[in-house]
Amino acid sequence: MQVPILKQGPYLIATVQSALTDADMMQLRDALVAQVGQHRARGVIIDVTALDVMDSFAAGTLQDVAHMARLRGAETVIVGIQPDVAFAMVHMGLTLEGVATSLDLEAGLAHLDLSTGVSSHR
Amino acid sequence: MKSAEVAEEARVTVESDRDIVAARMRGRVMATELGFSSAVATLVATAISELARNILLYARRGEIVLASVERGDRRGLKVVARDDGPGIADVAQAMQDGFSTAGRLGLGLPGVRRLMDEFEVRSSPDVGTTVTVKKWNS
Ligand SMILES: Nc1ncnc2c1ncn2[C@@H]1O[C@H](COP(=O)(O)OP(=O)(O)O)[C@@H](O)[C@H]1O
Ligand SMILES: [Mg+2]
Repeated sequence: MQVPILKQGPYLIATVQSALTDADMMQLRDALVAQVGQHRARGVIIDVTALDVMDSFAAGTLQDVAHMARLRGAETVIVGIQPDVAFAMVHMGLTLEGVATSLDLEAGLAHLDLSTGVSSHR
Repeated sequence: MKSAEVAEEARVTVESDRDIVAARMRGRVMATELGFSSAVATLVATAISELARNILLYARRGEIVLASVERGDRRGLKVVARDDGPGIADVAQAMQDGFSTAGRLGLGLPGVRRLMDEFEVRSSPDVGTTVTVKKWNS
């Protein structure tokens, strides 16, 4: 199951549609890091609303995306972590340290506008 | 301890990353059928995902067996993750946060212990690794 990536102004928005295999997760990471360069994107939003589980592999891969995108000049924000998933992450001890999170897409866009100093609403 | 009675069982062979997803989804369905809240079902699914991935990464192949169990008037879900891979050299070390022989986060086994109510590992180079965990419905 591939994750569609849309370009909105200076940002890339990846919307997870269903549970992802590890291969899907790595493919998403590589596609985002490549497209930051292709589109000269300043920000990346990954919407994980539809993700069934955030385990250590998913969390580690999202952290890698954020770090790799930052090295290419783009900020990443994860949006849509569901209450049950947040509950499990806290129980397990997964912190997503160093990765920005926002409640939803709208809040994620606002966060990127602030942190990058560009506007996605032009 | 009273003996646990098995009422229902499901078995998922783990030999590809798709099986990790299948195993955790099966676990969520079973947890929900047992009356667990969606929050607790997510804890169980997350634990299964970690155990299945360890099978795939470190033993290549194995299985996840899910069973409903009872103790007194409590019902629970038992997850057995079994492989005949290389075994864990030092289980105490593997249970520490951040320990990984694969350059990974090293939060799988200690995370599973925190997610579940009961946790047991048996591992040796001769027979492989079996991790047995349980979650009780309170
Ligand atoms: N089924 C298994 N067979 C062999 N070794 C295992 C198995 N599960 C875990 N291990 C060992 O225990 C270590 C810790 O596992 P875990 O806590 O899941 O962290 P990670 O998978 O991120 O390394 C692994 O790095 C591996 O060396
Ligand atoms: Mg692991």
